[in-house]
Amino acid sequence: MTSAAWVERLHHRRQSVHQEIWDLLDEVKDPEIPVVSIWDLGILCDVTLESGQYLISITPTYSGCPAMDTIRADVSEALNKAGIQNVTVNMKLAPAWTTDSMSPLGRKQLLEYGIAPPENKVGGCALTPEQGIRCPRCGSEQTERISEFASTACKALFRCSNCLEPFDYFKQI
Amino acid sequence: MSEVTNNTAILKYTLRLADDSLILGHRLTEWTSHGPFLEEDIAMSNVALDYIGRARMYYGYAAELSGDGKTEDDFAFLRDEREFRNLLINELPRGDFAYSTVRQLFIDVFNSLYLPKLMQSNDETLAAIAAKGIKETRYHLRRSRDWTLRLGDGTAESHKRMQKAIDSLWGYTHELFELDELEQQLADQGVGVDSTALKAEWLATVESILSEATLTRPEDDWVVKGGRTGYHTENLGHLLTEMQFLHRSNPGCEW
Repeated sequence: MTSAAWVERLHHRRQSVHQEIWDLLDEVKDPEIPVVSIWDLGILCDVTLESGQYLISITPTYSGCPAMDTIRADVSEALNKAGIQNVTVNMKLAPAWTTDSMSPLGRKQLLEYGIAPPENKVGGCALTPEQGIRCPRCGSEQTERISEFASTACKALFRCSNCLEPFDYFKQI
Repeated sequence: MSEVTNNTAILKYTLRLADDSLILGHRLTEWTSHGPFLEEDIAMSNVALDYIGRARMYYGYAAELSGDGKTEDDFAFLRDEREFRNLLINELPRGDFAYSTVRQLFIDVFNSLYLPKLMQSNDETLAAIAAKGIKETRYHLRRSRDWTLRLGDGTAESHKRMQKAIDSLWGYTHELFELDELEQQLADQGVGVDSTALKAEWLATVESILSEATLTRPEDDWVVKGGRTGYHTENLGHLLTEMQFLHRSNPGCEW
């Protein structure tokens, strides 16, 4: 699944003159979902160089996302390890993060990790669908929502009626 | 027209919005490990996180506007009760699950109308915070609406508790739609939101949900206000005592 927001991000990255920095930052994973990079989740927004200082812009998924402080530190550490010391990590609020910024790879990695990736099931409705979310374990669409919020604010809790396993669904926002 | 400069006016307004989010967020954290069951415990804590995150963005902006070296923590932890400007409904004790559900419903419907207007603000930071918040509020509202329907149209006991909560909270909702000189000035300038204009739609939405849940909208026969001028219920002082204790005892501590 490709979305306009993702294509725009990819285009922006390809235009950037700081390819080596973007590539280094591919190593920074989301602390809550350690298989997906902050680039693939859409958290990493921009890399610029201003007066000799690398400015890395990141955006929070949800306002209260407790992982942001860790991500900020991880970004600096990843660049410092590569010998780049002049780094400032900047929190960018607009445009607000959307699940549409996720990369196709990120969606695939979520699924393999056992988290159902965001789906636009109910005709453009931004809210958690009641049904039809595919179980990441057995692939059945016979699933039901148990709670609007799961292990983190960005996920809802579902249960599969086929294999009976509960699973997290990454909500579309 | 007030004498305050525009920057000071925006700072004051931002602090009001920040205080609303922080105080309600703190009340919601009081459910952590006390939820009726695990899923709801987690849901309440997640909603709390959204509010506290929103408060941090507002306080961060307030710190920037104040330009005197203050940080978000100074605003949250080093102001006293009378300096807080949150609306009273946010500071009331969490009560039982019905009470917290009804409060969330009232506030969620309000935010679902308020934030889209704030997104139109010509202050870019306030508009950006609102754009972030509205996405979360849609989920919050869906949850509080679900629970209102389930409990209102549930057992005799759950219905009774929901109606009691509605009756106890109703008099605090009028304050949501008050506009003082400061907010009027900012609304006129396209910075703030004219909340008086939201009341009719708020009432229509809330009444429709209550009616579907077999609950009754109370009469408007009592009103309590004062939050925006710093006159609080006795509950805020107790809340701050607990919330600010660690920071005041260990100034500057981080963890």
